[in-house]
Amino acid sequence: MGIRERLSGNEAVAYAMKQINPDAMGAYPITPSTEIPQYFSAYVDNGEVDTEFIAVESEHSAMSACIGAQAAGCRAISATSSCGLIYMAEMLYVAASDRLPITLAVSCRALSGPININNDHSDVMAVRDAGWLILFAETNQEAYDNYLQAMRIGEAVSLPIMICQDGFITSHAIENIELVETEKVREFVGEYRPKHFLLNPDEPIAVGPYSTPVYYMETKRQQAQATLDARAVIKNVAQEFAAMTGRQYGLIETYQMDDAEEAIVIIGSSAGTAREAIKQLRRLGHKVGMIKVRSFRPFPVEEIAAALQAVKAFAVMDKDDSFNGHCGPLFAETAAALYAQGISGPKGISYIYGLGGRDVRVESIQHVFSELEKIAQTGNPGATYRYLDVRE
Amino acid sequence: MQDIIEIRWHGRGGQGAKTASLLLADAAFHTGKYVQGFPEYGPERMGAPITAYNRIGSERSTVHSNIYFPDYVVVVDESLITSVDVTAGLKRTGAIVINSGKSPSSLKPFLKGFEGRICTIDANRISEEELGKNFPNIPMLAAIVKVSGVVDAAKFVQDMEASFRHKFASKPQMIEGNMRALKRSMEEVREV
Repeated sequence: MGIRERLSGNEAVAYAMKQINPDAMGAYPITPSTEIPQYFSAYVDNGEVDTEFIAVESEHSAMSACIGAQAAGCRAISATSSCGLIYMAEMLYVAASDRLPITLAVSCRALSGPININNDHSDVMAVRDAGWLILFAETNQEAYDNYLQAMRIGEAVSLPIMICQDGFITSHAIENIELVETEKVREFVGEYRPKHFLLNPDEPIAVGPYSTPVYYMETKRQQAQATLDARAVIKNVAQEFAAMTGRQYGLIETYQMDDAEEAIVIIGSSAGTAREAIKQLRRLGHKVGMIKVRSFRPFPVEEIAAALQAVKAFAVMDKDDSFNGHCGPLFAETAAALYAQGISGPKGISYIYGLGGRDVRVESIQHVFSELEKIAQTGNPGATYRYLDVRE
Repeated sequence: MQDIIEIRWHGRGGQGAKTASLLLADAAFHTGKYVQGFPEYGPERMGAPITAYNRIGSERSTVHSNIYFPDYVVVVDESLITSVDVTAGLKRTGAIVINSGKSPSSLKPFLKGFEGRICTIDANRISEEELGKNFPNIPMLAAIVKVSGVVDAAKFVQDMEASFRHKFASKPQMIEGNMRALKRSMEEVREV
């Protein structure tokens, strides 16, 4: 049945960590993820978990500590945001190429500068090619549920995984949540039994050695294969999770897409605001819908293309700009997915929105749909690279 | 949306407006409601104007934006009514509750023609008399519960007592003081 509670997104993730009771946490505090290691260190101090908490002097060291612990054969976790995440960048690549299924909770926040503590996705997007699996959450419930599924996914394909939610917007907002009983969580997550690990006297191995041109590319090809394999794993783990909780997850979630003529593609908390915008527009007879991307890595190429193929016009919403003078990263990958699947009918535009905590309102999303209707009617997309709710 | 009550809090850093919004979410949660309680974050400083929000309803609100058309506004610091547009978007069918010793009608000229209910409560005085300190947030919380009816008043008093007993286990005088402040506020809140 589950336990009815009300928690912030950070509390929910810290609680999931407590229920799982991992072996090691390496962490350094940064707003707005600070509460995660803060709550978790209290669980350590109270003896509610027997995790080794490694307080370090930087995020680079936090990830290094996780790499050492996970390589030794432990389950290692961390949490971070913003500049902390990109300070980890060097070690994120090492964790992925060493094939260490570390779990990292990210409460997404804008990057400096100008300095800003509020939400956007520029931190995660800056490390999107590091080789990590990346899941995003719309709500505190999804952040919790994704976290419970994370280790099953990462460990099945030997890749590290980021569980992302929107800083402050969900990380610091109290909302209702349904928790899973701890015994069920532990049964679901199971024990970590790595095939190869450093502290195995029967099989001495090296982790992270120099890789000459003779081996480097094969290593990368294997990482690519693991990422491809993760698609099926994410779906299978979600199915098992649904059997336990009744809550359904996939690589994407579609909302009102069956007969949609205009659609948006979006990530994170603003999907909830878009839901309300769509509900109101549907009442007025507009055929509008939404694709919410849960898995950014692996990228849901076939799912997004299938969902968008019949629409007349779509907008891809990016809480980050690539500064390529052209589009945001989610647009680039969505457009590439359509092209790869041979779909060229729908007119698509790129919207940069919600940077540095710019509030995203129901009216903001409705404005996007009104622009899309114009495009659908005229067949002319106009400017394909736009900023939403900005003073110019 | 009619089913979801939206509340906006205006306070100054350090007055506990954020805490009050989270306590209101807690109280509503205990009566089986779907709740949201969240502050607007920025570079907080003691005394700077801050905003916090609640959505409370019998169904879940999926909206994750700030609140622009609130049903109720709570002003924890009276001086804000001349520096912040506290009635912005406030529905005519709603109410504003201001921490002030003045009469509601005397504050009306500062509220930019707001036509709904105007309520005042002297939360500073109540807090000073009952707790010996200026913590206006608990009386303000009690006043908005009374004015909005968003939570059943009797259930609210019961829950708050349990919560104070937990929070102030080592300071029993704080439990009694807060409970007196809370009940007085519910009785003394004035309205036009």
